[in-house]
Amino acid sequence: MKLRQSLTGWLFMIPFLIVVFAFLIAPLGYALYLSTQADTLVGGQEFVGFENYIFSLTDPIFLEGVKRVFIFGLIQIPIMLFLSTVGALVIDVINTRLSRTFRLIAFMPYAVPGVVAALMWGFLYSESFGPFVGIAESLGAKDFNFFSLKVFIYSISNIVTWAWTGYNMIIIYSALQGLSREVYEAAIVDGATQVQIAIRVKLPAIKNAILLTTIFAIIGTMQIFTEPRILARYTNAVSNGYTPNIYSFNLAFAQSQFNYAAAVSFTLALVVFVVTSIVLAATRRKGRVE
Amino acid sequence: MSVLTRSPKKSGYLAPRSTTANLAMILAIGYFIVPIIWVVVNSTKDNLQLFSTFSLWFGTEWHLMDNLRGLMTQDGGLYLTWFRNTIVYSLASAVGATLISSMAGYSLARFHFKGRSVLEAGILAMVMVPATALVMPTYLMLSKINLVNTPWSVILPSMLSPFGVFLIRVFVQESIPDEILQAARIDRAGEFRIYWQIVLPMLRPALVTVFLFSLVSSWNNYFLPLVMLSENKYYPLTVGLTSWFAQASQEGGNSILFNLVIAGSLIAVVPLIISFIFLQKYWQGGINAGSVK
Repeated sequence: MKLRQSLTGWLFMIPFLIVVFAFLIAPLGYALYLSTQADTLVGGQEFVGFENYIFSLTDPIFLEGVKRVFIFGLIQIPIMLFLSTVGALVIDVINTRLSRTFRLIAFMPYAVPGVVAALMWGFLYSESFGPFVGIAESLGAKDFNFFSLKVFIYSISNIVTWAWTGYNMIIIYSALQGLSREVYEAAIVDGATQVQIAIRVKLPAIKNAILLTTIFAIIGTMQIFTEPRILARYTNAVSNGYTPNIYSFNLAFAQSQFNYAAAVSFTLALVVFVVTSIVLAATRRKGRVE
Repeated sequence: MSVLTRSPKKSGYLAPRSTTANLAMILAIGYFIVPIIWVVVNSTKDNLQLFSTFSLWFGTEWHLMDNLRGLMTQDGGLYLTWFRNTIVYSLASAVGATLISSMAGYSLARFHFKGRSVLEAGILAMVMVPATALVMPTYLMLSKINLVNTPWSVILPSMLSPFGVFLIRVFVQESIPDEILQAARIDRAGEFRIYWQIVLPMLRPALVTVFLFSLVSSWNNYFLPLVMLSENKYYPLTVGLTSWFAQASQEGGNSILFNLVIAGSLIAVVPLIISFIFLQKYWQGGINAGSVK
């Protein structure tokens, strides 16, 4: 009976394990292998050990891309998750036609492909198609340009915030709806205001959901590719290595440096893994998140 | 139950009269809907009106039908091919990912075997591997066996869904009691039959959730098909639309393609928005399971 259990368990795992092997372990292994090779002058490949990695760690283009997505995340993720959390707390206590409309409309961008979101905002940002430049200039801003070197990163942040705030809000809202009312009934009896209850009782109770959205936001941000690549048509802000993914793509397809592209991909995966593990470990220790 | 339509079970202890909150919600609705309104409004304009009329309101002429007709006929009806490709790729990926995750999640939740705890830890680690970091090496690998620039190169990698396995595992633990399975075993039902005839039907809400999430992520995927596909007859909508957009911007803004890119964007988002509104009660259940645990 035990043997049968164990055998059946493995049988049901097999399809998943095949996919994991073919499209996760094998690519990572292959990337690891490729990244230890380099082209030789005579046209073959030779083993160079960690040379590509050592090069990537001193490659200003790669490091700048990594730094850029870090700064991007440090600005964009807190703003987005703050908005999502406030929105979730509000629709948790206010149930009117307005709040239900808000909930639906805020979630809608999730169904819009990143490509289409970037195209739409690109049009809205542009001087000839969109209203915003005109509005900014009529308010006194001279020569305002969403695609200038300085502003562009905020223009991208706005697209990502637009796309994901509602999705995260719904995740946090579901966690709020899962709380039992008894948790804060006592506080209501004691005369606490809704804001006090939200901050002191509800927020601590939903920190797992907020942690989950934070982790997914970090993973998504580090991989950012679509928005800057599509809007690169409008701006010269998007350099060859604007984000690590854009760099890896250009290395492989514009410069045919497959070995180094593999090293960059692998390093990116490692960085994401380390950053999310640090965030998980830090929150676990501090707040004992289960 | 549906988060988007259902009244919260604890309504009524706060008078819905917070002016600040209402004002903030109205502003937020405006923010979230502006791009959608822009697309709807501008898909009714021709290229001349796109440049000459106020961008957040309808022009003086109505060109929606012309634009749609243009969309269907440009480059020999390429848009329809892209649309079909998107449907095929995302349906195939979603069906595959759902079946595979349901088996694996069921196995982790209800079978005891050596190595299970290692697998569980592995799945959590896999959730944290950025999908795009795998794309480049997968491309290089598949090009060795001549599988790049085929639909398979887009469909097969999308079947990997560790998060789906995780969701299903949680759901099985909560809603499929071991007693039912034991009873079926006593009746000498085969293990696969138990899975197919008892477990799968009981899993339906979780299956729909995993299916919808996989469907959306492959419908919206850009990086994977961009890397894998080189012939435009294989493109999905995302890659196809950006190729038109690139042409339109290169030719200096006067290209006839801008109105097609806008109409094409509109048509690309409509099916997902509609299916989300109709299927909302399903995906909510899954979000719940994933967020509370």
